[in-house]
Amino acid sequence: MDWLTTVDHKKIGILYMIAGGFFFLVGGLEAILIRVQLWKPLNNFVSADTYNELLTMHGTTMIFLAAMPLLFALMNAVIPLQIGARDVAFPFVNSLGFWTFLFGGILLNVSWFTGGAPDAGWTSYAPLAGTTYNGDHGVDYYVLGLQIAGIGTLIGGINFLVTIINMRAPGMTFMRMPMFTWAAFITSALILFAFPALAVGLAALMFDRLFDANFFDPSGGGNAVLWEHIFWIFGHPEVYILILPAFGVISEVISTFSRKRLFGYSSMVFATILIGFLGFMVWAHHMFTVGLGPVANALFSIATMLIAVPTGIKIFNWLFTMWGGSIKFTTANLFAVGFIPTFVMGGVTGVMLAAAPADFQYHDSYFVVAHFHYVIVGGLVLGIFSGLHYWWPKMFGRMLNETLGKLTFWTFFIGFHLTFFIQHFLGLLGMPRRIWTYLDGLGFNEMNMISTVGAFLMGFGTIFFLLNVVITAFKPQNAPADPWEDGRTLEWTIPSPPPEYNFAQTPLVRGYDAYWKEKTDGHKGMTPAEPIGPIHMPSPSILPFFMGFGLFIAGLGFMYAKDWGNLFGSFKSGYALGIVGLLILFGCMFLRSVIDDHGFHIEEEEILRDMGGKA
Amino acid sequence: MSAHSHVEGQLPHEPEKATLEGRNKVLGFWLFLGGETVLFGTLFSAFLALRNQVLDGPPAHELFQLPLVALATALLLTSSLTSVFAVHALHTNRVKALINWLIITVILGAGFLALEIYEFWHYVHEGHGFTTSAFSSSFYTLVGFHGAHVAFGITWITLIIIQLARKGLTVVTAPKVYVAGMYWHFIDVVWVFIFTVVYLMGKVV
Ligand code: HEM
Ligand SMILES: [Cu+2]
Repeated sequence: MDWLTTVDHKKIGILYMIAGGFFFLVGGLEAILIRVQLWKPLNNFVSADTYNELLTMHGTTMIFLAAMPLLFALMNAVIPLQIGARDVAFPFVNSLGFWTFLFGGILLNVSWFTGGAPDAGWTSYAPLAGTTYNGDHGVDYYVLGLQIAGIGTLIGGINFLVTIINMRAPGMTFMRMPMFTWAAFITSALILFAFPALAVGLAALMFDRLFDANFFDPSGGGNAVLWEHIFWIFGHPEVYILILPAFGVISEVISTFSRKRLFGYSSMVFATILIGFLGFMVWAHHMFTVGLGPVANALFSIATMLIAVPTGIKIFNWLFTMWGGSIKFTTANLFAVGFIPTFVMGGVTGVMLAAAPADFQYHDSYFVVAHFHYVIVGGLVLGIFSGLHYWWPKMFGRMLNETLGKLTFWTFFIGFHLTFFIQHFLGLLGMPRRIWTYLDGLGFNEMNMISTVGAFLMGFGTIFFLLNVVITAFKPQNAPADPWEDGRTLEWTIPSPPPEYNFAQTPLVRGYDAYWKEKTDGHKGMTPAEPIGPIHMPSPSILPFFMGFGLFIAGLGFMYAKDWGNLFGSFKSGYALGIVGLLILFGCMFLRSVIDDHGFHIEEEEILRDMGGKA
Repeated sequence: MSAHSHVEGQLPHEPEKATLEGRNKVLGFWLFLGGETVLFGTLFSAFLALRNQVLDGPPAHELFQLPLVALATALLLTSSLTSVFAVHALHTNRVKALINWLIITVILGAGFLALEIYEFWHYVHEGHGFTTSAFSSSFYTLVGFHGAHVAFGITWITLIIIQLARKGLTVVTAPKVYVAGMYWHFIDVVWVFIFTVVYLMGKVV
């Protein structure tokens, strides 16, 4: 119950982690099933239809329901601590963001049990996703599930932006902000400007499907390429929304475990901003083969290649940070170091794809699949693993087991390269993407088999991680405030796990790497910026849970309005259900607006007791 | 946080920014409007891409009746002005005037909405239904999204009026009024674009 009503950002972070982790397992299972189907030619382990569903749900789940929430988990757990804040700007909204994401994700997955998951690919291209080719409800689940989950992401992004702008501790200027916070900041800005475009695209597709509108249906005057533009103007920034926080994690971890200041901090900040900006300028590189013409293709090709410059700056800065440092290869750092060459490889194939003429060759082949998995698994997922191992003691007060951690790393890392390296060659040989089987004798057999073996290895890596988590959960809380002993940023100045109010006294920040600076100046901890006094906290609330639930009900109702019978007269029962859902939502909004809730205070004595007991 | 730190009945100079909550709210709302801008930008782009796909339906220049739309525009623009008066009353701490200006704003907004509903009803009878063509779908979606925003704004401001009547002007209610004012202006600006891009450009054959 406590967990349903919490508005504490640390607990919401844990909720995001559990939910995102769960969906990561679901998406991983789907990936394994895909790979089993492809392990030999002309396999009939799953049907073509099921394959399309698996493929679509794998991509959609991994991007929207696993990767983003896991990043939100880290951001929620860490950002307020890194900037020395007691809380986030909008605790209520933060919890609402989580519940809408979760209910959206559940709605998407309900489709497996109600007669067919979405099967038009995670990009849901029109007209394939229209009613002409997709008459059942699969794509409806995609449209409504993502719409609801997307609301959660958007309000989460606004919450982080305001938190970072308004709630930094005294002395923490923008140019003293830790790199992970910077990354979260730019990511949130990208969310703010990218997700509304997706919302419009999904709404238009929904109108086409549910109410016979004509946005993307050529026979009604609509335009299918319009969908691609709208989707990718969201979709390309989306991949930077995913990768920038991973960059942030890597910066923190490498600098901590090299015991050195991050090399080229200000160029890192600049590069992050530049990548964010360019991320919006390059969407049409996904559409080179659509027929936009040579001028558009050339411009988007050049713009895309430009991104390699700031990315290169980052890579070199990480290398220079390690250069001459006294490096400790903890599990977190192994993931971070493994990230670098892997991501570079993904970047190189990215530049190859950005050359429009070459893309005509690679397009929709396994080369593309190899490329984006190098970026999102080799980049993002390694980054997430690194961050989880790094901040686990801070989040739970328990150290993860290092031996199991290293086992996780090596199986996952080797499995990853085994799975995806070889797919570059499959692509060059001509194996198309998004096919459910292939003929014998094309030279694809051995490589596909190896790829499948690799996928299983990654599965084992994940199991080792889960094992580690379970074993650790049964150990007593043993982590000190600064478990790595080389902590540089503010989160390491407070107990692990932190008390509800984070900082008993708001710290005074006197330089970049605030904690490290105090340590090298010979101080024991931070200088407080205020006396100890009662701390105001927001009250927990069940409303966000019900608001998410209301949206879920509404989505389900409207989706089936066409097929369910009448309730009374000619009024469809589906609409009735939809309206009930919306009433739940608006009712909660009404309650929120009329109920006065001033929160509560944590008194001085209790804070003093905490300080004496733990820290 | 410091909701009670001020002497009762004495409001700080800019009450909407007196507390951290208030400042967060105002900033968060500016950002939210940034997102809304992308939302409407995308809707506009879709409309512009599809506005000549009229199929069998009536084309824009035969359909649109500018006098009606101009009247609606006048109502909405005036309501923006009255909401400025409301925020001015907020800053000079005159609760009664504030409530009255908000009520006028809501009434003008409701008038706009009524005209829009009539307009839609009329168009449907002219053979310009939601499903007629890509032009009609994108028209109703863009203009309808705006209309939904107006409807939401009316409800929201009404709730705020009730709160003001019950609790008066405090550092809690002031940011709400201020933010609702921002929202209302935003809706107005969007309408100016709709008037230009949809209606005026639609009249150009
Ligand atoms: C963990 C091991 C993973 C394996 C073995 C795996 C495997 C696959 C395979 C075989 C495909 C189908 C390619 C095709 O036929 O076109 C695919 C597609 C895809 N995967 Fe993964 N994947 C994994 C992880 C991930 C992760 C972590 C993400 C994102 C965060 C991801 C995102 C995608 C996307 C977006 C697609 C494209 C789906 C589509 O074309 O609609 N994958 N994956
Ligand atoms: Cu892209």
